[in-house]
Amino acid sequence: MESCAQKKKYAAKDYKSELKPIWCPGCGDYTVLNAITRALAELALPPEEVAVVSGIGCSSRIPAYTSVYGFHGVHGRALPVATGLKLARPDLTVLVTGGDGDGFSIGGNHFLHACRRNVDLTYIVMDNQVYGMTKGQASPTTAPDWEGSKLTPEGTGINPFQPLVVGLAAGANFIARVSSSDPINMAKIMVEAIRHPGFSLVQVLSPCVTFRPEQQEWRDTVRTAVVDYTDDAARAARRLMTDDGFNVGKVLYKGSRPPFRPEFENSNGSIAELEARFAL
Amino acid sequence: MTINSVSLVIAGSGGAGVVTAGSLLLDAAAKAGWYALMSRSSGPQIRGGEAAAMLRFATEPVMSLDDSFHLLMAIDWDNITRFSAEIPLTAASLIVGDPAHGEAPAGLLGNNPRQAAFPMSEIAGRIETGRPNMVALGAIAAMIGLPPEAMQAVVEDNLKRKGQAAIDASMAAFHAGFAAAAHLPAIPRLPAVATSSGPRWSITGNEATGLGVIRGGVRFVAAYPITPATEVLEWLAPSLAKVGGMLVQAEDELASINQIIGASYGGVPAMTATSGPGLSLMIESLGLAVAAEVPLVVVDVMRVGPSTGIATKSEQSDLNIAVYGLHGDAPHIVVAANSVSDCLFTTQWAVHLAEAMQAPALVLTDQAMGQARAILPKPAELAFIGQRLTATAAVEGERYKRYAMTGSGVSPMAIPGTPGLAHTADGLEHNEFGTPSSQASDHLAQMDKRSRKISQFNYGDHWADIEDSEVGAGDTAIITWGSSTGPAREALRRHAAAGGKARLISLRLIAPVQPEKMAVALNGIKRAVVVEQSHSGQFHRMLRAFYDLPAKTVSLHQGGPLAFGPNQILEQLNELNAGSA
Repeated sequence: MESCAQKKKYAAKDYKSELKPIWCPGCGDYTVLNAITRALAELALPPEEVAVVSGIGCSSRIPAYTSVYGFHGVHGRALPVATGLKLARPDLTVLVTGGDGDGFSIGGNHFLHACRRNVDLTYIVMDNQVYGMTKGQASPTTAPDWEGSKLTPEGTGINPFQPLVVGLAAGANFIARVSSSDPINMAKIMVEAIRHPGFSLVQVLSPCVTFRPEQQEWRDTVRTAVVDYTDDAARAARRLMTDDGFNVGKVLYKGSRPPFRPEFENSNGSIAELEARFAL
Repeated sequence: MTINSVSLVIAGSGGAGVVTAGSLLLDAAAKAGWYALMSRSSGPQIRGGEAAAMLRFATEPVMSLDDSFHLLMAIDWDNITRFSAEIPLTAASLIVGDPAHGEAPAGLLGNNPRQAAFPMSEIAGRIETGRPNMVALGAIAAMIGLPPEAMQAVVEDNLKRKGQAAIDASMAAFHAGFAAAAHLPAIPRLPAVATSSGPRWSITGNEATGLGVIRGGVRFVAAYPITPATEVLEWLAPSLAKVGGMLVQAEDELASINQIIGASYGGVPAMTATSGPGLSLMIESLGLAVAAEVPLVVVDVMRVGPSTGIATKSEQSDLNIAVYGLHGDAPHIVVAANSVSDCLFTTQWAVHLAEAMQAPALVLTDQAMGQARAILPKPAELAFIGQRLTATAAVEGERYKRYAMTGSGVSPMAIPGTPGLAHTADGLEHNEFGTPSSQASDHLAQMDKRSRKISQFNYGDHWADIEDSEVGAGDTAIITWGSSTGPAREALRRHAAAGGKARLISLRLIAPVQPEKMAVALNGIKRAVVVEQSHSGQFHRMLRAFYDLPAKTVSLHQGGPLAFGPNQILEQLNELNAGSA
């Protein structure tokens, strides 16, 4: 008796659409797209059971470059769209993609509360420390002395946002940092992030070759983190607060907080019962 | 005919229990076979502070509060003059106050109302755990002709959990007040009526709004608290759970609108409720729902604006933002409820419209109807259930077009999980596949499609409530919307009682506009008064922009929070007719 059909196997290309990205040649986001599709193939998820949600920015273009269900919303609001989608459709695997401006500046409040709420989402942030789509302004993760923008010619003078420390403090259940220069390892980490229940935050150092050409050196600056992940938030915090932002390639923190997953109750209640409460 | 009614206010400080007293009175009136409407007003204090319950009882359904009150029952005088503009009194009115709290403040005495002293606290003090508000209720019952048995039944229902001692103490206070009221001056009494006039409900506008969306098929709600919409959400939270739905509290209104976009994209009909400040925050994402063609419902329980305005009081001044607030050309639906019971009809209809057209539908209600409780005939069952046109199977050799050109403008929507139809829904302008496009031809084609599906939809007769006075329509019309409809309906009746003919046109469908239907409704009408609670006359301006109004059309508009009284509208109607006679 054929009790179970052979599980359909997928290749990374099965998750790619035919659209050609609008990104500049050499942009780190190309390999992130590759890693996402590779991770989905590794997980052998049927494309129709996956959704990628994004806001606005270069990296937020990713949904249309995949062959899964996608939603490309407004600037900064990808996380609430994904939250509503995942809560309404817990059967779907939901990924969120975007950049540092979308996620940590205009969408900052949603970032805090998505970490805190711990819905089972995987949030992949391509951090290039610049607004690329609007042609090169300082983002929340830009160093205070970067003078490359006409908007802030003297630099911002503001310390950069620390997404992983803030994410940890706010309650993210899985934290990793990867480099776009290592797509194979990036895919591996993404598989882990998707598998881990709750809100998984993956920061990708993804250079902007056009407005931050010096970031091409990241390839040589990054190093594989020397220690494995911890499940102790205090240790993770110390590690994240003392590193220089270039320890990549490993999961840094895995929590065990149960995801926020309110059920659609299969209650036997009826609308007539609701109405009965108004009857005199 | 002018309806047979009695109007009264119970006022007092926060601890006096005036809203509780009003609710008990409302339920007892229903048991006695009457109909009623209770609106409430409160100060800005978080807890305590002054409050007033404004009630009107009648032997037929009550559409609006009256122009003035027959009775003001003041449990105490704390800050009562803050309400004096909301409690119009005449020389025929009666103020009943407790001498233990001193004299009635001068601010209430402008029109020389009658006054009577009634020692509520002293009477209550003679009964163990007796409360002055129950003594006041006893007096009110005696004065308006409410049988004590009706109150007995209601108190038993309400205090069941507190035990028999609490019920007995309350009823003892009630009866003491009932007996002691014998010497008080008379106010109009309502006749006893047969209680078998059909089943009836006690419901607030905000509860009716919640029930309407559930009836329409909504099963996901995202919520951010805001006065005066919070009760919609608080009613929905446990109610949704009973019918297999879910409410999630969001971090802000930007999140709540986007959560419902996500849920609806996932195939679950979704809504949120807010007020003006929240709607302002949601506007950008409402445009996203227009462009990405995601059905959803947003209820705006309007309050006085702009900015934080007066959070606890009513105004019809969000019409402009609801209709014109979105950037770009963004066809969407705006509907408005015109009474407590119509909150049920209109929100259920809104879910149907949003789902059928895959577009956002805004529902405008307001604080006055949202927080008002009414005793109503049981509302009719409605057939509207949100029906979304979905794509369920891939066509061999054809790539799925999420935004396919169709005659109706509505394109079959693939819900995530459907094999072979994966696509990206996009707020960027796109081609039929959903692929972002900056080409003029794609923009114009998609604009036409999004516009067509809204403008060509068959809205049937629900676009407006049209009513002719008993003696006929004549050639005069009242054109109004929302909460102003109640007093306008009553003005129409009073006008007819004096032999006046007129037609009431109350718009439920604010956008898209319906000029052809309006032309039919205005057939033979030579004069019109446009009634709205907005300082700048937003509704009148909108009518002038889109409709052919009678040559002689006047605008009766005032900013909130004071509601129109029926006579205010009647006077305008008389003036209009006198001028043309």
